[in-house]
Amino acid sequence: MKPIATALSVCASLLAVSVVLGHSGNSDKLPAAAAPKYDPVIYAELQKAPEKARNRPNPLENDPDAVAAGAILFERHCAECHGKSAEGTHKAPSLLVPEVQSAKPGTLFWLITNGVVRKKMPVWSKLPEPQRWQLVRYIKSLGGSAPAAESPAPTP
Amino acid sequence: MTLVCRLALVFLLFLWVLWVFSPAPALAQENPYFVAYDHYLEEPGNLEIEYFSTFGTQRGANDFHAFWGEFEYGATAWWTTEFYLDGQTTFNDSTIFTGFRWENRFRVLKREHFINPVLYVEYENKNGADKILKEGEGHDVESDFLVSNAVARKDHIHEVELKLILSSTFKGWNFTENTLAAKNLSNSPWEFGYALGASRPLALKAAAKRCTFCRQNFIGGVEMYGGLGDRHSFGLHDTSHYLAPVLGWNLPSGWALRISPGFGLNDNSHQFLMRWGVTREITGFGSMVSRLFGGRK
Repeated sequence: MKPIATALSVCASLLAVSVVLGHSGNSDKLPAAAAPKYDPVIYAELQKAPEKARNRPNPLENDPDAVAAGAILFERHCAECHGKSAEGTHKAPSLLVPEVQSAKPGTLFWLITNGVVRKKMPVWSKLPEPQRWQLVRYIKSLGGSAPAAESPAPTP
Repeated sequence: MTLVCRLALVFLLFLWVLWVFSPAPALAQENPYFVAYDHYLEEPGNLEIEYFSTFGTQRGANDFHAFWGEFEYGATAWWTTEFYLDGQTTFNDSTIFTGFRWENRFRVLKREHFINPVLYVEYENKNGADKILKEGEGHDVESDFLVSNAVARKDHIHEVELKLILSSTFKGWNFTENTLAAKNLSNSPWEFGYALGASRPLALKAAAKRCTFCRQNFIGGVEMYGGLGDRHSFGLHDTSHYLAPVLGWNLPSGWALRISPGFGLNDNSHQFLMRWGVTREITGFGSMVSRLFGGRK
């Protein structure tokens, strides 16, 4: 029985890790189902995209199926954290804000590819490149009349 | 029934309830390797429950069916922790529990690069009858399994295993190379091994409709793995090596299936290994557990 007891101890440890991390993710004390506070710092990651990555055009810009395919991909991989309508949750920010909607497709593609690992956004390069571009098309389609301009990258 | 058995049953029931009532199963999007690892970690807060089987042929003794369960949890975007329970049936012999493993993988770099390193640390507490062949290491060879379960299980193994995972993604292909160093804590030399893998989805673009049999849901590839001797006798002599095509099928319902026929490449290897597995990912597991203990509703 010793191995089983040890195994259960490890299970309990894992459970404790889950609890601790779950609580640490909830430290902002927002009410249930509320969208996160608007925090420009969260969106500052977009400014870190290198110039070359920003200027990459979306090869699926004229693909008529890209938005529909992107919507399905978003639901499967992104909605859990960003919300079903990309409105944001306590886990991840809204994608409807001007910072995101005015970002160039290449910037969004770069962020999806690299994630923001230290801030809980995983790397999504596991999705093939065309699927990431389909996601970009879908996210951009949510913005309607958002301005097309993007602030320039900060000079180091 | 002992207290420990009751606790084990309660824990399994708890996992089953989470599994069945999980509100949002996610589409697993993982490469179909059984032995090799790539650099993609579990998404933070998600739990992946996995079951895998290996049927192996055995010259000079009975064939076997080894099986293991995995509970893979994304602690953060850069740390995945995983717990294994192993067992095996040797035909015409017996079915036994062979031990557990606790594995951790750490992403080293913040961003995606051409080669992405991941550090892997595992503790294994198993007995000598373990046959899951989750890695090739040292001078492990087919004849090690000639011993009956009753004898082999008396040998207790506490082992630490380290891996350097180097993985790249290029034009839809994943290429990964794992180097392994394992140390039995009972005064044995360091043992070494390797695993290589390459895989690609059958289609790179997603379909504009929900579908089960779309080509993008299938990932095909191949992996190769084996031992590299130990500190005193490094090299390929007296080691076993395998080559195995792999196929994964990610269903939109949140389930994923994998299958892999493996072939021994030398006389020290089992001639044939048939592996298969089923996976289900539960999104938001960390939050669910947190709510149980008074976190955000």
